[in-house]
Amino acid sequence: MSEEVEIPEVNYVSGTGVPIRGNDIDTDQIIPARFMKVVTFDGLGEFAFFDVRFDDEDNQKDHPMNEERFQDANVMVVNNNFGCGSSREHAPQALMRWGIDALIGEGFAEIFAGNCLALGIPTVTADSETIQDLQDWVDENPDGEIDIDVEAETVTYGDRTIDVTVDDAQRKALVEGVWDTTALMKSNAGAVRDKARELPYVEDAAIPDAD
Amino acid sequence: MSKGTLYDKVWENHKVTELPTGQDQLFVGLHLIHEVTSPQAFGMLEERDLDVAFPELTHATVDHIVPTADQSRPYKEDAAEEMMAELEQNVRDAGIEFSDPTTGDQGIVHVIGPEQGITQPGKTIVCGDSHTSTHGAFGALAFGIGTSQIRDVLATGTVAMEKQKVRKIEVTGELQEGVEAKDIILEIIRRLGTEGGVGYVYEYAGEAIEDLDMEGRMSICNMSIEGGARAGYVNPDETTYEWLEETDYFQENPEKFEELKPYWESIRSDDDAEYDDVVTIDGSSLEPVVTWGTTPGQGIGITDPIPSPEELPEEKQDTARRAQEHMRVEPGETMEGYDIDVAFLGSCTNARLPDLRRAARIVKGRQVDDDVRAMVVPGSQRVQRKAKEEGLKDIFEEAGFEWRNAGCSMCLGMNEDQLEGDEACASSSNRNFIGRQGSKDGRTVLMNPRMVAAAAITGEVSDVRDLKEVNLA
Repeated sequence: MSEEVEIPEVNYVSGTGVPIRGNDIDTDQIIPARFMKVVTFDGLGEFAFFDVRFDDEDNQKDHPMNEERFQDANVMVVNNNFGCGSSREHAPQALMRWGIDALIGEGFAEIFAGNCLALGIPTVTADSETIQDLQDWVDENPDGEIDIDVEAETVTYGDRTIDVTVDDAQRKALVEGVWDTTALMKSNAGAVRDKARELPYVEDAAIPDAD
Repeated sequence: MSKGTLYDKVWENHKVTELPTGQDQLFVGLHLIHEVTSPQAFGMLEERDLDVAFPELTHATVDHIVPTADQSRPYKEDAAEEMMAELEQNVRDAGIEFSDPTTGDQGIVHVIGPEQGITQPGKTIVCGDSHTSTHGAFGALAFGIGTSQIRDVLATGTVAMEKQKVRKIEVTGELQEGVEAKDIILEIIRRLGTEGGVGYVYEYAGEAIEDLDMEGRMSICNMSIEGGARAGYVNPDETTYEWLEETDYFQENPEKFEELKPYWESIRSDDDAEYDDVVTIDGSSLEPVVTWGTTPGQGIGITDPIPSPEELPEEKQDTARRAQEHMRVEPGETMEGYDIDVAFLGSCTNARLPDLRRAARIVKGRQVDDDVRAMVVPGSQRVQRKAKEEGLKDIFEEAGFEWRNAGCSMCLGMNEDQLEGDEACASSSNRNFIGRQGSKDGRTVLMNPRMVAAAAITGEVSDVRDLKEVNLA
């Protein structure tokens, strides 16, 4: 018997923001490959954006994630095509372990957004101007509260509430607490075996017996 | 929405059910695993007391961390040894077939699947690596997944996915001399953008695609992800079937070939299939493409001027400015003559036998420039053996290339093969992101394998069409 895993519903994320500016920020930047020589994700948080945060002597460089005022931030505000490149889940794992609970941006690479969802991290989108206004506001209000309402698809900050977009499947998965799909899909094991039998290339011997 | 495409058909054939999220639960026909992205997934299985559901549909190899020089065990690097040992333990416990270096079948996961004949048309194929899109060259539906999804696939044999739109990219005409599959895909990404494929899978079609060998099709599908597409594919045809017939699986099971062929034919896109978008590119107008920047979309023809950031769409300007500063290139110049320090012929994009053959035709009888460190890293142990038998190894070594063992190597620098300082590298790989090849100051210029060979010889980015090819036969 498998253990039941508690999957929390993610209806809201609230907290303060950190702006990470620039389009096409790839997962090699978010977590350089050399930090992936690990067999667990533990401890990846300190290596998030390592090469843009530290120089060769490990001195801090000019980067929002190094600034004292953003140290408690849990909402990352980014631009377009964030998380492109490698499929490494190490990237959202590193951000999560640094403290990020949600991302708001102009656009996200598919696999990155999928990896975030698998961790219960919303990736919500808005247009370029809206995002830049929010980044500017976060810069001026590092202690300012940002409230993401996943179901209503809104973000509230200062005295403003803006409409954002949450992908339909992502919204349902987060709001209904079914974003960790293992148990859900495992419960269809019978149908999975039937499907396997239908496929001409799957040999009978490869299909396990029912538990 | 698309209708009657290979994507629609393979999706429907593998759909188990619709999940409460609206995503579909898809059966996975082949799960490829390697040492970087799977250990955490096995860890999660253990935490939840779950077994591997379909071990016989799972296949493992080691590619990212494997040293390409001294492969004696334990590996010199502790972290690499630990990852290898972890993978060995996991596959042994689960009863998963493992192409480890002692089998002679090890190599980059996207090279060995096709070689062994386990990559087949009409399969769903997943792997914790974004370049899984490579397998689409066979008419498979293949995509990269994250580690939590690897856990799902190990535990259930299925993955939760949202259906995408289908964009047909038709490449017409005949390619000019010196122009290869790699140039086609670099041009596609340049035109449609690195995010242009978000929400899509790409169906590659047209005369220029049909004329390619399987290796060329793999190079194109491989970089679908660089264009933002979740997957890319080519419909199976006689070229595909000829390749399949020669593989281990169908050599050992010849009856399976005839048995499965009707299925492969049935999943081809219909003549009247409907697409969400169609893009046409004149293949005959292409020249060798090289990148000038730090994303695969920042490419140009070898004789074209590097664009001024101001000429580009507004959202591209900032990235272009930073890229030009990093690469130290000036708008208006061409990339021809850009000094290089390292030449890397390898990676899942371009380390197959025909890639090495083409490069060897440029290298034969010439010498690597004195200031260049040049290396060939075959995509698999089989490629390595065959290339040696054909005399390619000797050609490269006589010219001054280092000949290494199979692996991902300097594509991403997870082993000891890395750029140092601000070295510039002519690379046959797929990504030129800052830091990608192991040094955050390193500069990567992407190009086709023959162009890498030309750069190694001349010490600078060169137009391979100016170098006479030598007949190897």
